[in-house]
Amino acid sequence: MTRALSALFVRELRVAFRIGGGGVMGLVFFLMLVTVVPFAIGPDLNLLSRIGPAILWIAAALATLLGLDRLFQGDVEDGSMDLILMGEAPLELVVVVKAFAHWLLTGLPLVVAAPVFGLLLALSPEALGGVAVSLLVGTPALTLIGTIGAALTASLRRGGLVLSILVLPLMVPVLIFGVSAANAAVGGTIPFMTPVLILCGLSLFSLVLAAFGAAAAIRAGTA
Amino acid sequence: MRLVAADLACTRSGRPIFSGMTFSVAAGEAMVLTGRNGAGKSSLLLLLAGLLEPAGGRIALEPDDGERTVPEQSHYLGHRDALKQGLTPRETLAFWQGLLGAPRAGIEDALERMGLGHAVDLPCAYLSAGQRRRLAIARLLTSWRPLWLLDEPTSALDAASQELFDTIVEEHLSAGGLVVAATHMPLGFRTNHRLVVGESR
Repeated sequence: MTRALSALFVRELRVAFRIGGGGVMGLVFFLMLVTVVPFAIGPDLNLLSRIGPAILWIAAALATLLGLDRLFQGDVEDGSMDLILMGEAPLELVVVVKAFAHWLLTGLPLVVAAPVFGLLLALSPEALGGVAVSLLVGTPALTLIGTIGAALTASLRRGGLVLSILVLPLMVPVLIFGVSAANAAVGGTIPFMTPVLILCGLSLFSLVLAAFGAAAAIRAGTA
Repeated sequence: MRLVAADLACTRSGRPIFSGMTFSVAAGEAMVLTGRNGAGKSSLLLLLAGLLEPAGGRIALEPDDGERTVPEQSHYLGHRDALKQGLTPRETLAFWQGLLGAPRAGIEDALERMGLGHAVDLPCAYLSAGQRRRLAIARLLTSWRPLWLLDEPTSALDAASQELFDTIVEEHLSAGGLVVAATHMPLGFRTNHRLVVGESR
């Protein structure tokens, strides 16, 4: 079973970097949002650095949504999902492996890029660190929540919009604690670790929820 | 080993397709499903592959080893070839062999056998329909499954490839495998059973 899942993991990474794969799409979208905001807000550095963490988090949430609709859709369309369903590897773990590969390709680059992009928003060094840490523990939750939506819309053509509408409200708690963690790094009344630990909890909770929820959605969709 | 289906019924979106389907196929035997379009040949294969829930009846591979379900002991070759445009045939087969387990033929050998030796490292996007089909068939060679479920297996294949496919099925049957195939076209391998789906209507 381990071999089956590692074969799947390798294949996911390969597909993402080949024709039609959306490896860097999220990152480019993230950069676009972050570069446009200072032009819209104007040259008020204090304002920018105050809302910077929120901008980065909104950009991360939207960038996560961008490639998610293809997570299961491709496999359902080309018939690969039928064969995966017939195999011995449990669908719950297949979902987790696919979500993990997707996060490595879309979530992790955002975490790495956020401190650099944060410079465009005049963030202080503490805030840059805070945003990076909060994204590191928070983006898995975003991806995993989105995984459930991706599984529900896997057999829909143009399911991307439905996916966003389904998933965005569920991402709100992650967004709230993500931004509050980033703000707590700069100062304020709450200690930094409180929202970070809540984010960790949200990520772990959505891991379990996504594994069973997405697997059930795929089974219901194909049967 | 024996594939047994008893009193099988199939309903899709509330519409009854067939019911009371009973048959058995022994090791080394092949069964061909015929019938008009929409009679339920593909649905029957999907039931056997576990991709549709039967509305009634039972499917079993006897003797039951208590561990693996019927789908886990089956290869399903459907209308869609389950290929990724960006991957090469070598990567595709390595993935399927890893995922399905029970390795049998080597990847290079299987591709060579299917006449894809020159295209091992070419992305699947550049393969023709017949080549894609042959790559899908190569999957049957790289992992061992006793039961082969074939849905119009020879579509898009030229005469030489059809002959090759018949030989491969014959070899599988000689090795004690079971085959259930749905087709309109006459198949070249020996068939022991013929089931006309949707005859009663």
